[in-house]
Amino acid sequence: MENTVTSLLPVLACLASLLAVPLIVLFRKEPFLREMSTFAAGILKFTFVLMMLPIILDGKTIVHTFTDGIGGINVPIMFRVDGLGMLFALVASSLWILTSLYAIGYMRGLKEHSQTRFFAFFALSLSATLGVAFAGNLLTLYLFYEMLSLSTWPLVTHHQDKEARTGGRTYLSYLLGTSIAFAIPAIIFTFVKADGDLSFAGEAILAGQDLGYWPALFLLLGFAFGFSKAGMMPFHSWLPGAMVAPTPVSALLHAVAVVKVGVFCVIRVITGVFGVEFFKDLSVNLVLCWIAAFTVLVSSLIALSQDNLKRRLAFSTIGQLSYIVLGVALATQHAVAGSMMHIAMHAFGKITLFFCAGAIFVAYGKKYISQLDGLGRKMPFTFGAFAIGAMSVTGLPPTGGLLSKIYLVWGAAEAHQIALLCVYLISSILNGAYFFPIVYRAFFKPAPEAEIATPGVKEAPLACVLPLSITAVGSVLLFFFPGLLLELTNLMTGAK
Amino acid sequence: MIDQLPAIMVLAPMFGALMIGLFGQKDHRVCFPIVFTSLIISLGAAIGCANLVTKDGTIDYFMAGWEEPLGIGIQLRIDHLNALVIVLIGVATTLVSFFSIRRVGALDTEKTPHFYILYLLLCTGLYGITITADAFNLFVLVEITSLTSYGLIAMGSSRRGTHAAINYVLMGTIGASFYLLGVGYLYLKTGTLNMHDIQAILQANEEVRNSNAVIIAFLFILMGIWIKMAFFPLHGWLPNAYSYCPSSTACLLAPLMTKISVYVMIRVMISIFGLEWIFIHLGWSHLVVILAVIAIVAGSVLALAQREIKKMLCYLIVAEVGYMVGGAWLSDSNMWGLSGAMYHVLSDALMTLCLFFVAGIWSKCIDAKEIDDLEGVFKKMPITSACFILGALAMIGVPPTSGFFSKFYLIRGGIEGGHWEYVAALLFSSLVNAVLFFRIFEIAFFGKNPPEGHGHDEEHHDDHEDLHPVLEHEVSWRVTIPLIVTAVLIVLLGLFNGPVVEFIREAFPPTSEIVSARP
Repeated sequence: MENTVTSLLPVLACLASLLAVPLIVLFRKEPFLREMSTFAAGILKFTFVLMMLPIILDGKTIVHTFTDGIGGINVPIMFRVDGLGMLFALVASSLWILTSLYAIGYMRGLKEHSQTRFFAFFALSLSATLGVAFAGNLLTLYLFYEMLSLSTWPLVTHHQDKEARTGGRTYLSYLLGTSIAFAIPAIIFTFVKADGDLSFAGEAILAGQDLGYWPALFLLLGFAFGFSKAGMMPFHSWLPGAMVAPTPVSALLHAVAVVKVGVFCVIRVITGVFGVEFFKDLSVNLVLCWIAAFTVLVSSLIALSQDNLKRRLAFSTIGQLSYIVLGVALATQHAVAGSMMHIAMHAFGKITLFFCAGAIFVAYGKKYISQLDGLGRKMPFTFGAFAIGAMSVTGLPPTGGLLSKIYLVWGAAEAHQIALLCVYLISSILNGAYFFPIVYRAFFKPAPEAEIATPGVKEAPLACVLPLSITAVGSVLLFFFPGLLLELTNLMTGAK
Repeated sequence: MIDQLPAIMVLAPMFGALMIGLFGQKDHRVCFPIVFTSLIISLGAAIGCANLVTKDGTIDYFMAGWEEPLGIGIQLRIDHLNALVIVLIGVATTLVSFFSIRRVGALDTEKTPHFYILYLLLCTGLYGITITADAFNLFVLVEITSLTSYGLIAMGSSRRGTHAAINYVLMGTIGASFYLLGVGYLYLKTGTLNMHDIQAILQANEEVRNSNAVIIAFLFILMGIWIKMAFFPLHGWLPNAYSYCPSSTACLLAPLMTKISVYVMIRVMISIFGLEWIFIHLGWSHLVVILAVIAIVAGSVLALAQREIKKMLCYLIVAEVGYMVGGAWLSDSNMWGLSGAMYHVLSDALMTLCLFFVAGIWSKCIDAKEIDDLEGVFKKMPITSACFILGALAMIGVPPTSGFFSKFYLIRGGIEGGHWEYVAALLFSSLVNAVLFFRIFEIAFFGKNPPEGHGHDEEHHDDHEDLHPVLEHEVSWRVTIPLIVTAVLIVLLGLFNGPVVEFIREAFPPTSEIVSARP
């Protein structure tokens, strides 16, 4: 029997940002108060998450069930916090505070329109993210998953121009389309198979069920493609499309919250619905492994050829997400641990990179890599942070990315999948190949002549530079102090 | 007093109609209070009945105390199957009456009392259809609703409305005649018109049960009901009738008429012929489910081709009727399909009501009849638009709205009954709905021709002015309150789907009877 504590804390953590929405709308004419309410909500949320941390580290899970809620199919709305949910919630809620600061600098720096709408939907999407992190059963997971798709749409289409419209259309058609076409049938099929049980608590839902190879494979692919926020090919193109959004959105949502919700769901499905052991016994995992491996390599190759900085980062994200999926699909202890850690490591690295891309755009209006020559000498902090972020995503010491990558490679070796191990290694080289030329260009190439005339340092506003410096430092700190992450992942994999 | 609730429920609107006939002609101002009072009385009676059903089970009521089984006794019966349907009728008719105050004023003022007389008689008909336990009375009551709705549809100012009404009269009459023929066959074979007596005789007498006459009777009745509910390809009358009539008429008819017909089909299946006979003896289940699949796909595709908002919604109704017919015929062993269909009757009625309210408001207030007219409407009418979004999400099937749960039950039924084509059709239709509604959202959010270039142009940056015009275009509370109530009900019905479905399932015969002989 699991050691459970009943508490309202996960619900409160989820609600904190939801309650900020009316405040934000109320203060629409007072930008200062409006943004303060965003901050207050962020700090409140983070506090609630932190308050749960000791209980989780104690090896317990926190549960809150709305029994009277959705009862007809006997699946209540249920919140349940375990190691994995905690890890994800910690990452998302801490980075939200930084992103809020960054967003203020970015949105004001560019004098964006409709900032109230922007902050309101941002808060809403964070509620949905924590809802996914703390979902106690598949139905609750799906509820918040859809809420996230819908609440981020106004953010993606923020500019309300033709490009935004196309991007938004792609965004929704992929996310909503796949979830309706694949995820719902998979959920209901699970429901029928498991005789009405969708809860993640205790044994995995389907563990030990009489499930043939083909049904299991279709179910798995239904989930993996249905939760297309994970960006597995061929359902990945919504992510580059979503890059039309303002950069804070790309940074938090499309490097951390939304995409990680996708992989989080896949991890949940494999650990909670199939159960790692059962999953391996079904031997369907190799199919998923190879789809993920294909995505890793192809997206890295595409990233090489992108000149738009944000698009390159987007393709890099697609590859990194599939690292995580590949890890959990390998279904060995260290690979699964590596996947979970990579959620955090990649989040810190990638958000730094996006923050940098946004800072460059705010300060100099540059979007393309070919325009970055010599810019590093003008924006030393930004590009310094960029270099650290790039190292972390590539997996070089002394950054956190190295640790998760070691675990992933270790896991591949454990599973005796040498080919997949090589995929990890080759893609690391490719990661380096698409990131370091940017750093080189910025620091060592001469600036175009027109710009030499104005030497000296001119950074983006402090509100932009501060968050990106913090996340860069965070990536390094995660290398030296990974203890908390390891403890949380061990809780899930059962290692001592 | 409490014993008389079923009769009060049916008769209150009828007396209201008489009162308007007497007093409303001279002074139009008395019309609305009479309408409202009688509808509230009916709603109260409906809730009271539903409450009694929860406590004591089925209520049998014999009009004027005539109880002989083979006589002319008019029996009303309220059980778990229709208790919620009458509450739904009460809620919907009351909300629409609120909504109609302004709209009716816009009609020719001469017609106000006529409109309300027809309105109330229609309500009488709807209540009667739902609770009658007599096959012939059902016909009479169906005719009452049909005749009144012909009048209501033709009342609009446009000629197309009149055309549509004539088309509806023709189709409706054919449908009613089919139904009557079917009842005639049954009467010949069994000698009674009371539903439960017919069922008892059919069950007792195997020779009668298996005779061709009974099968033909069932077929006629089914065809008649299908025409009334606009089951594809018998839907031709519906789109024009509902889109060219006055808004308040559309709001009243679109959510209720087709859904009540679906209820009648389920009632006939359960209470006259019996599920066992239908699913096992006839074995048409596969055929009907395939017809339903065709209806769903065709309705969705046709909806996609529409530029007019109301027409689009009408074709969606055609698709939703396919959902319910298919669900009712899934013949899965636990009857989740049937439960889903009954639940969807309630849920779809609320969704349709919500969307037709909004369509009515839009066509009146900003003269938006086509999707392209909706540019920037989110900003102009935030409350109306929020309700529209909610209704649309329910149509698509996003939790926690009721639409998600009806799909959940229906798909569960489809999987357990092995009807994968039905599951696929439901998902396809959800996808089409997503496309349809997000097309509207996009236009409403962006405007049709978004400005070139980036949003952070100089002219845009003033955040305060952006939000200033909010609420100025919003319509009066008399129109928004019913809308908001409907939207809230959609969510509540979703959240409390459990108790609702459990309640409905009490009406079904024990599963073992049907499971045992399933092919």
